[in-house]
Order: sequence, then C-alpha cells, then structure tokens
Amino acid sequence: MSHTDRIIPDRLQSPLQKNLKSWETLLLAVAIGIFIANSFASPYFLNAWNLSDATFNFTEKAMIAFAMALLIIAGEIDLSVASIIALASTAMGAVAQFDVSTLTIVLTGLAVGTACGAFNAVLVTVMGLPSIVVTIGTMSLFRGISYIVLGDQAYRGYPRDFAFFGQGYVWWVISFEFVLFLVLAVIYGILLHKTNFGRAVYAIGNNATGALFSGIRVGRVKFILFMLTGLMSGVAAVCLTSRLGSTRPSIGLGMELEVVTMVVLGGVNILGGSGSIPGVVIAAFVMGLVTFGLGLLNVPGIVMSIFIGALLIGVIALPRLWAMWRK
Amino acid sequence: MSVMKKILSTAAIAAAFTGSAAQAEDMRIALVVKALGIGFFEAAAKGAEEAAAELGDVEIIYTGPTDTTAEGQIEVINSLIAQGVDAIAISANDPDAVAPALARAMQRGITVISWDSGVAEEGRQMHLNPSSNPLIGNMIIKLAADHLPEGGQVAVLSASATATNQNIWIEEMNKVMGNYPGIEVVATVYGDDLADKSYREAQGLMQSYPDLDAIIAPTSVGIVAAAQAVADAGKAGEINVTGLGLPSEMAGAIESGASQSFAIWNPIDLGYSATMIAHALATGEATAEPGASIPMGRMGEVTLDDTNSGAMADPFVYDASNIADFVNIF
Repeated sequence: MSHTDRIIPDRLQSPLQKNLKSWETLLLAVAIGIFIANSFASPYFLNAWNLSDATFNFTEKAMIAFAMALLIIAGEIDLSVASIIALASTAMGAVAQFDVSTLTIVLTGLAVGTACGAFNAVLVTVMGLPSIVVTIGTMSLFRGISYIVLGDQAYRGYPRDFAFFGQGYVWWVISFEFVLFLVLAVIYGILLHKTNFGRAVYAIGNNATGALFSGIRVGRVKFILFMLTGLMSGVAAVCLTSRLGSTRPSIGLGMELEVVTMVVLGGVNILGGSGSIPGVVIAAFVMGLVTFGLGLLNVPGIVMSIFIGALLIGVIALPRLWAMWRK
Repeated sequence: MSVMKKILSTAAIAAAFTGSAAQAEDMRIALVVKALGIGFFEAAAKGAEEAAAELGDVEIIYTGPTDTTAEGQIEVINSLIAQGVDAIAISANDPDAVAPALARAMQRGITVISWDSGVAEEGRQMHLNPSSNPLIGNMIIKLAADHLPEGGQVAVLSASATATNQNIWIEEMNKVMGNYPGIEVVATVYGDDLADKSYREAQGLMQSYPDLDAIIAPTSVGIVAAAQAVADAGKAGEINVTGLGLPSEMAGAIESGASQSFAIWNPIDLGYSATMIAHALATGEATAEPGASIPMGRMGEVTLDDTNSGAMADPFVYDASNIADFVNIF
C-alpha cells in the first residue's frame, strides 16, 4: 500500500473563503469605514498634509507593536516599553551634550533599548520569572533612572540633522517615520510568517513544553524576542525624541497600554499562539484614524479613550456574537 | 454591514456631541490646556467664553489631552493645525517638546501664544504670565497692611530657605516696604512647605511675638497651616493670616476669621486675557514684539519684555465676599 493515494488536506478551507472570514478582512472593513466616516464628518480630513500629520499618531507605537506582537504570540509580554523609551531617550540626551555625531546618538538609543530588553530577557528566561511581573518592575525601574538623572530638567541641544528622524520627509508628504513603519512592517511580516524563527514563535505560544521537546530552543527564542522589543523601543525613542526635540523623564508615559491595545486589536491572542503582522498594521491605521478623526471634531481626549475602549471590545466581541447569533 | 453602520453612527454621535463646525466667518481660537477635567482650566475656559461673547465673532475650541503629557498635546496641536484654526493659546505640559509642533503651526499662519505655563521662545509669539514677581511682592504686604491702618507687627512664614520663588517675592516685598509706614516685619521663618513644620513655626511666632498682628505666608502649604495654628490658638480675628493660597483650601480659614483675605491668580481672568490677546494678534490689531502693549479688554494692557513675555495683573484677592464662587474651582 502506497502512502501517496491517501489525500491529507493541508488546509480546511479554500484560500478565498479563509481570507474573507479572517480577522484582517474585518479590521480592514472597519478601517475603510472609519476613513469614509471621517471624510464625511470633517472637511479637513481629506488633505494630504493632514493625513501625513495623522500618521505620527501611530507610527512610533506601531514600531514597538510589531515586536510586541511576536512576544505576545510566544506567550510573553513586555510592559516596560514606554519606560525603555524614557531611558533610551535620556541616554541619547546625555551623550548629545558632548557634541557627538548624530550617528552616535542614534546608536546609543538603540543600544540602550536593546540592553533594557536583554535585562528583561535575563530575568524571564534565565531566572524563570513571569514576564508580566518582571516588566511591571522594570517599567518603574527604567523610568525611575530617567527621573533620577533628569529630575525636573530637560535635555535639549540635539544636533540639527537629528531632527530628520521625527520631523523629516522622504518625499513630498511621506515622512521618514512612515517609511520606517512600512519597512519594519515588511521585515516583521517576513520574520513571523516566512521563517523557521516565526514558526518557532507560534509553536512556543501554543505549547512551550511541546516546542521544547520538539527541539526548539525556547529560552533562546524568547531571549531574542525580548531584545527585539527593547531594540524597537530604542527605535521609537529615536523617532519620538527627534520629533519632540528634547527629552524629559515623562516622555512616552502610558504608551505601553496603547501598544498592547494595538496588538490585541490586530487580532493577536493575548494568551499567545496566534496572530499576524498584517492585522497589527491595519490595527495601527484604525487607531490612528480614529484618534485623528475624533481630534478633528475636537472630541475631548476623555471621550476619545472611551471610543478606543469601545472599539477594542466591540471588534473582539463581534465574531463571538456573530457565532452565537448563527446558532 | 453592521460594523460600518456602527462606526458611521458613532462618528455621527461624536459630531453631535461637539456641535457642528462654526460659520466660516467666525474666528476660531483654540484654548489648549494641560489636561481636561482640571478645575483651574475649566475656569480659564469660562473666561475665554466670556471674552468670545464680548468680541462677538469668535468661537472658542476648548481642548487638551486626557493626561498631562507633551505627546498628547502634540496630537491636539496637529489636529488644530489640520483644522486651520486662527489662533492657539496653550498652557504647555513641556516648554520644549511642544515647540516644534507649534513652530509648524506658526509656519501655517496660525497665531500662537502661551499662557500660565510657557513655551520656549521659538514655539510661540508671546507668553502671558499670570502675574510678576514685583506685583506679587507688593501684593503680599499690601494684603497685611490693608487690615492694619494703624500699623503693626507682621511675620513671614515662607517655604524653604532655598525656595527660589518665595525668596524673590520676599525680596520684592522688602523693596516696597517704604510705601507701608508703620508696618514692621519682625521675623521670617521657614516651614519647608511641610504642613506640620509650618504649623509649629506659626505657633512659635505667636509665642515669640505676643503683639503679632499678621502672618504672611507666600506659599499655599504655609498659609493653610498658619491659619490652622491661629484658629487652634483661639486668635482668629486677632492675628490675620494672609499671603498666597488656594480658595478650596482656604475657605475654612476665611470662615473662621483666621484669614481676612489672601491672593492668587484668577484663572477666569487668565483665560479671558489669553483669548483677548490671541484675537488682537490674529486680527493684526497688535504685534508681538519686545516693548509692545497688547490690549486685553477689561484687564487693561500687557507690556512685553525682551523675551516677548508679559504679566497680566496683580494677583486676585479672595475674601469672604467672593470665596464661595471659587471654592469649587481650584
């Protein structure tokens, strides 16, 4: 008996059917709906420069969200990302006082971010502590160091060309930050969906013990994921510091929750095991469009947080409700 | 599709919440505050509305982030630039971080001023301080002297000996002592802005100077503690505690008679003046340059110094006649 005459389907639905029912399609529909609603609600919405300004509302957060998505899919979380921004930005401000080159400042930010990520990684993977507890701790620790260094002072005096990262435009209205966001989206999309490393991330999130017995070096993968999250926080720190032109210890305060919201809205299972980068990309646009659209209508920030919260619960509950209604 | 319908209807609700866009001919002035839901800024918005009603053709957009972050204010500024408002009057969470965004607003022809908490010079046309050091120094001694027509002994209860603001104000006060003959400052003590230490220092003053007539505390912690010490010693009405304080914290002291009056800036006047200045600059009636005088309606005029900053007025005096109006504000 030969094995070849037995057909084992490698997918249960046709690709078209699967795509139509997917989370990303639902989110894309929401994004398009918000875009249309915004164009009707405000006469200022459909303007190239205004839309370009609006991208700054989400690009920095999305950069971190890509790495965070991988981390959450692997069953871990990092709540210290906003504090890593503060520490990396403080370090950049400190070296900028010595008249160093822009490249040195940027590398300092990236190095400090990665080092913070590695510190989290050691506590989680080597010492075996739960990541949520570790990163709540380092959230206070990293920002605390910034407060000790700066107090109520600020670092200014960044070199002129440093402003390019957060305020520069590559072509017409296309900002450097937006291009970086797209490039990183592609890189992380390939990393998660097209490489062995990406498969290992899913395997760990679904069953870490099983993955370990299958020969996946779980500790090492998680270590790399924490460092990547730290690195991306460093990248975000470069962009945000450049955009603000100064550093204060309160920089990026509360950003970790928006990053996690973006990841979860993007369809990543908060318990790990599933999710996709395209989902996170669309979720970034959805959050950016909602906050900018409501901002144009001068909706107070408090009402805006209610909208984001309702959107998150609504989008997550919708498939569940749909399934219940069909029964 | 139900999602689409939901989003469309929520957007419609949002539009209904905020009211539709104003008539095109109205000048739109945005009052950007540190965060929404703070009594002080709500009061400033009230003042801005008063100015708008007086000017007639002005619409006030009162806005700000949910928490006091520079990033939140930048998002607000971006959306105001997108709407092409005529002027932005901001109380900044961070003088430097919001400057690039505001500089961009000015490039697009928007009038930008800061008030209360200032913005770095490159990010605004002018800054409106609530008051100035000489005005505050004069006010604190005047408050004591007004209730001592025959002259008398006063003591100062300050914050810490190294507190920059308090030291400047006391220095300014000493400069104008000649205008208040018969008033003698017998001691200056330091309560370090701690309630219990300030309380003990006030008790000490009453023991050391049995003829003491007034205690001046140019700090919101010290004034409350001193008023409590005076009330507890049964000397309310004999010793007048005055200085700088917050109406919400001082209402009890005014009621007990431990304090006749005290001063602090009036947020309503501040919002009113900021709006008047923004209007004058946006219409071109006035130009923000060193030495310029800019009209502020009922508040008179503000004169700008070398850094394009100016002081609005004397600190506003609160006493039994008006404290009830402000006690819930700040």
